[in-house]
Amino acid sequence: MRRQIEGAKGVAEVVAACRPQVICAYPITPQTHIVEGLGALVRTGALRGCEFVNVESEFAAMSVAIGASAAGARAYTATASQGLLFMSEALYNASGLGLPVVMTVANRAIGAPINIWNDHSDAMSQRDSGWIQLYAETNQEAIDLHVQAFRLAEEMSVPVMVCMDGFVLTHAFEPLEVPTQEDVDAFLPPFTPRQVLDPSEPVSIGAMVGPEAFTEVRYLAFHRQREALGRIPEIAAEFAAAFGRDSGGLLHTYRCEDARTVVLAMGSVLGTLKDTVDALRDEGVAIGVVGLTSFRPFPMAAVREAVGGAERLIVLERAFSVGVGGIVSADVHMAVAGLGQLHHTVIAGLGGRPVTRASLRRMMLEAVEGRLEPLTFLDLDRDLIDRELARVRARPRSGPAAENILRDVGVVGARPH
Amino acid sequence: MGTREIRYFQVGSHAVGNRLLDPEQRTVQADPERANALTCGHRACQGCGEALGARYVVDAALRATAGRLVAVNATGCLEVFSTPYPETSWQLPWLHSLFGNAPAVATGVAAALRAQGHEDVRVLAQGGDGGTVDIGFGCLSGMFERDDDVLYVCYDNQGYMNTGVQRSGATPPGARTATTEAVGDAPGAPFGQGKDVPRIAMAHGVGYVATATVADLRDLEGKVERAMEVRGARYLHVLVPCPLGWGSPPALTIRIARLATQTGLFPVYEARDGEVTGVTTIRRHVPVEEYLRPQKRFAHLFSHPSGPAALARIQEMADRNIERYRLLGDGGAT
Repeated sequence: MRRQIEGAKGVAEVVAACRPQVICAYPITPQTHIVEGLGALVRTGALRGCEFVNVESEFAAMSVAIGASAAGARAYTATASQGLLFMSEALYNASGLGLPVVMTVANRAIGAPINIWNDHSDAMSQRDSGWIQLYAETNQEAIDLHVQAFRLAEEMSVPVMVCMDGFVLTHAFEPLEVPTQEDVDAFLPPFTPRQVLDPSEPVSIGAMVGPEAFTEVRYLAFHRQREALGRIPEIAAEFAAAFGRDSGGLLHTYRCEDARTVVLAMGSVLGTLKDTVDALRDEGVAIGVVGLTSFRPFPMAAVREAVGGAERLIVLERAFSVGVGGIVSADVHMAVAGLGQLHHTVIAGLGGRPVTRASLRRMMLEAVEGRLEPLTFLDLDRDLIDRELARVRARPRSGPAAENILRDVGVVGARPH
Repeated sequence: MGTREIRYFQVGSHAVGNRLLDPEQRTVQADPERANALTCGHRACQGCGEALGARYVVDAALRATAGRLVAVNATGCLEVFSTPYPETSWQLPWLHSLFGNAPAVATGVAAALRAQGHEDVRVLAQGGDGGTVDIGFGCLSGMFERDDDVLYVCYDNQGYMNTGVQRSGATPPGARTATTEAVGDAPGAPFGQGKDVPRIAMAHGVGYVATATVADLRDLEGKVERAMEVRGARYLHVLVPCPLGWGSPPALTIRIARLATQTGLFPVYEARDGEVTGVTTIRRHVPVEEYLRPQKRFAHLFSHPSGPAALARIQEMADRNIERYRLLGDGGAT
């Protein structure tokens, strides 16, 4: 039954239906509504057999999840932005130990300058943490991905991050279908841990490993993610058979047949991209979209197959690596190496800046007409940049850049759009 | 476990043989059925106070819980010397995650056990002083504040010994470490710094807080047993001399721990719900020099011009403890 609810509420309800046994919560915008919703479900008794632990930091949240998972409980937490960075050390530990924690990341920018709005800098910064990263395009997919995430995590003994765009998805109200308890129970078996702290069968977990075996232990992590490449589409297919919805998988293609230009992106921006592509298609432009769901593991073969036929490839990213450019682009380029395509990286939507159809259309037409630079920052206000660069040149003590630019813009706080 | 008055038959010794006690009063280590949780083959240094303390603590906790115990370990000497891959010295379920998160990991284990209805299984978390008073302090405070059902044991050797003897928030003033070298006008660790975590635990209202040393192992066992009778957060702070870091002969580990108590520098007490409920009084009160002199980390105090003033300040600290905890008892030295 579809109900008009907030994305975060839908996620809270579906996580509850997955019967987590330990939930650890530390608040950070825009994740708060998820853990608030779960806290209420535990308090009212709607979610039974679950310990809800209010912790003192994200580092503790992931640490509690590590302990809980190692003791055989299905463990869940949610975070965003600075919180994800603060738990970074524990993220690597959870994956290194092979503990199938599931976590929602309500994607948000990273400071400085502090910014609470959406982009993918947070999850991208943990690209190499050993977690599986699945990106939701819509709130419905975010809901569905959580059911699949627990199944995938526990089958592979690998932690899974479900990434959903902060505010754009988490705070959006729309008609959503939350799977029923009965259906989730049929899809998601109880957690059977590969390793567990059990006094009747004592094991030591977390031993020190030196050069003699470190490579092999780490290779196994790589191997598990490679195996996940096979399981992710299978689980998505099983989910589709059980729930009647096409959610998850490695990637989705949209109007890519005969496309000479393909735009690849992740997350909620895909909706706007598809609308833009529809309009361009009506005008006769052969352009399509690839929505990447699984960023880790990165589906090299599937990406090559999806975009390999195009002459021109645009990777649109909501994060970037300072000093290089695209992050997703680097992996995509490896996937299509040798095909001789033209490559563009477009950095867009940083810190919550809306990615509009008008801007996307302009960018796509520039690409099709051969006028798009290899690396572009969409809607960059060049005038503001030049003014700040001039200040830096003019005076040794030019002051804090962010505050200078806000003064130029004429507002304190967010820029109105 | 209760205690009973002992009649001493030997003059000049405070040692009491187990044969003088009823079987139920004997030490856990005297029991041939003891768990021997930290088995031989580990790689601790000769005379390691931490290895000794950990074996007594974990064995006592195992007896108190009839073997239904899980241990969580912070990174540090105890973790490194007990689990060099692919070997392990632990005979109980044991988890090492990170340096700074053992209290939170233990919270997670306890929550998982509760959620699964295994509340008979108890949780012990352990770490060194660096993992406890410094890098793990936020998680420790959170665990205390939530009153999670965890006994946290800090084995305090007063520095980062595993990384090569650097200063921690538990390093005493005047002590030479690799980051507070015995050079300059004020050699060694500065005065006026450091944390007293047992008192901080008491300020959290933790149900059971105690200090102990490896000089009185029966007392240590008893405190572990009493701690396991309580549910909720508990804290045990154990002074464990480190021959490597302290520059003391391995054979003197027990004696130096005892001198720490007999000077008053390390008060041994028990507290419930934030109030001190029991103190181990000093049997033979000695000046701090007697404790400091056998340790090379304090050698400069006996040669440097600033030494006498520093020694006086350390003596003041000991005197302050004696006064605060009434370490000489109500009627003076016993």
